Amino acid sequence: MSEQYPGYDVLAKRRTPSWNEKTRQVIDERLALSREPRYLSQEEWLVLEAICDRIVPQPRTRPPVPLAAMVDTKLFENRGDGYRDYRLPPLREAWQRGLHAIDAEARRRHNVGFAALDTAEQDALLRAVQEGALCDGGWDGMPPTIFFAKRLLPDIATLYYAHPTAWNEIGFGGPASPRGYVRMDFDRRDPWEAAEAKPGREVDAARENARAG
Amino acid sequence: MREYRDNEAVDFAIVGTGAGGGTLACRLAEAGFSVVGLDAGPWWRPLEDFASDELHQHKLYWTGERICDGADALQLGANNSGRSVGGSTVHFAMVSLRFRPEWFKSKSQLGYGADWPVDWREMWDYYGEVEQALKISGPVNYPWGPKRPRYPYRAHELNAAALVLANGARKVGIQWAPTPLATISAPRGLSHPCVYRGFCVVGCATNAKQSALITWIPRAVAAGAEIRDLAMVGRIETDAKTGLVTGVHYHREGRWRFQRARNVVVAGYAIETPRLLLNSADLRHPDGLANSSGLVGRNLMVQANQAVYGTMEEEIRWYKGPPSLAITEHWNYQDQDKDFFGGYCFMSDGPLPLIFAGIVSGERGLWGTALREEMAKYNHQAALKLVGEVLPDERNTVTLTDETDELGLKIPRVTFSYGDNDKRLIRHAQQRMHECLAAGGARDLWDQNNDTCHLHGTARMGDDPRTSVVDGNCRSWDIPNLWICDGSVFPTVGGVNPSLTIQAIACRTADRIRALAAAGEL
Repeated sequence: MSEQYPGYDVLAKRRTPSWNEKTRQVIDERLALSREPRYLSQEEWLVLEAICDRIVPQPRTRPPVPLAAMVDTKLFENRGDGYRDYRLPPLREAWQRGLHAIDAEARRRHNVGFAALDTAEQDALLRAVQEGALCDGGWDGMPPTIFFAKRLLPDIATLYYAHPTAWNEIGFGGPASPRGYVRMDFDRRDPWEAAEAKPGREVDAARENARAG
Repeated sequence: MREYRDNEAVDFAIVGTGAGGGTLACRLAEAGFSVVGLDAGPWWRPLEDFASDELHQHKLYWTGERICDGADALQLGANNSGRSVGGSTVHFAMVSLRFRPEWFKSKSQLGYGADWPVDWREMWDYYGEVEQALKISGPVNYPWGPKRPRYPYRAHELNAAALVLANGARKVGIQWAPTPLATISAPRGLSHPCVYRGFCVVGCATNAKQSALITWIPRAVAAGAEIRDLAMVGRIETDAKTGLVTGVHYHREGRWRFQRARNVVVAGYAIETPRLLLNSADLRHPDGLANSSGLVGRNLMVQANQAVYGTMEEEIRWYKGPPSLAITEHWNYQDQDKDFFGGYCFMSDGPLPLIFAGIVSGERGLWGTALREEMAKYNHQAALKLVGEVLPDERNTVTLTDETDELGLKIPRVTFSYGDNDKRLIRHAQQRMHECLAAGGARDLWDQNNDTCHLHGTARMGDDPRTSVVDGNCRSWDIPNLWICDGSVFPTVGGVNPSLTIQAIACRTADRIRALAAAGEL
């Protein structure tokens, strides 16, 4: 994918009236997240990292969003969602059981752990989890399809789009308090919003985005 | 703020301070009663405490464990929960609509559901009171329903997402309107007008939103009520001889305490309210309090909250402004060509990235490059979102599990399945939303099938103690000094967001309590 909002960076607005003090504090903490596991074991962490790389493949042209660390933090803080599907165990147990089962499936199929598979093999295995086409569909009573649909996929996908790097990618305005927005109509943007690169106008967009703040 | 001692019996201990409890606390305090409002959540100061960040603002949600089952197991904890002084109004989408009058008598007038023991004309006056109290911003002429007073504040300007609905509705030939919203379009006291920052559903950081937190609660405190935050009520105590309630056991600052009260009002919303009543079972009330009908925890109703999404040629940037600036209530008032009972409205929508990623991944199962490519269309998305009437069904329930939370309280099990009527309504609505969104210019339409919003019905009001939990005054049939005042008392839900009706019922309940007290019947 070519860059849709070239040069746009929500962090450039950190010192503008679009960010209040609380927002600065919260985003600073997110950006300072340690890239080491705090809850999962090293073994579990390697599987999680490999899964995150396939659920949201990231371009190599910029520093990656530390997705595995964001998931691990959710587990470390035991941050529940306020409900749980009756077929799933609690948050931490579901993730740990799922990571072990995916790794075991990789060993059963390929004689190596999930992290050591090539990306095509990893994708095929994840798709088998999503579709329930596994050698061992038991997982101690936790249905793999439910784990994938209700835990693995939404946890990783939502955490990715909670990161400023992902906001840049999709041209989201990001934090907006107290300044908010003025121009609300079709095809209108405030000067502090991302400019989209229309075909042939990439340079204009980049120039606008350098000023977005 | 006035404060009461635990052993000082207050006139009313109110459990929960949201649209039901917060409003009632205000109106009872203003009527001269001594009131303590207890809330499990914190008392936020939005200007200092709220970030423009979806993930951080999850702190507004009730994230305690609940087990969800049934054929259509619910997702809880976000839009349909709240753990703050002010309850879920702190993060609600501010949509402030009146019921269609016939819905208060849907059983006798429309042939489905159950009748409310209140008259719509009386409710019309209370709706007016709440619209004034929140300075609702709305259109000069509202196209549906009986005549109503002009909205106090002018309607908000429409964002592009709302214009898609307006254009689509015009083309398919149905009426639309700017949505009446509880966020101000002009200054009011210490509140500035809405700046259209668009983070409404994760908390307003500028206090433009007229939540219970910044409307009813300050009024309650000014009138002498105490609001006690971070106070989780675990059990209501009753007197073994009289059977009357004597107060509430609550957990605060690491220990259990007991607030004495002459009356207790439960206002914890449709899951925590039955949970508390059931968890308060004692020798005299082995099935839980107020439960002689067996209906505490039954008839749980959500509202259907399906959506249709599509891609527009134009940049929409739906993250700007309140998410639902335009609405059509056409199918709430038009009954022809329906193969189902009930009604629905739909509105424009503008989910922020985290929520939208949850929909794209959770609903469509997209991951890998497909997920990133779909999310890259973010600024060109438009959507229509349903609020649809779901019928009461005794098989949809809130019960207790044997698992306990960190305070040792049994956690709830929430069982929900759509009925056939609900499915027909959803199918009808999705077709109409497709037509409208396509007429508005969107292509590549896709459905969100799994979302619900709002919770009601688990302590329904009625005329008969055998078929309801509370009477029309929100007083429990079984225990005369135990009251329930929140969405739980709704016998039916209609096709509109419930907050305005919950607040109107709370205002009415306060007036009824004052009248009962004057007559010596409290």
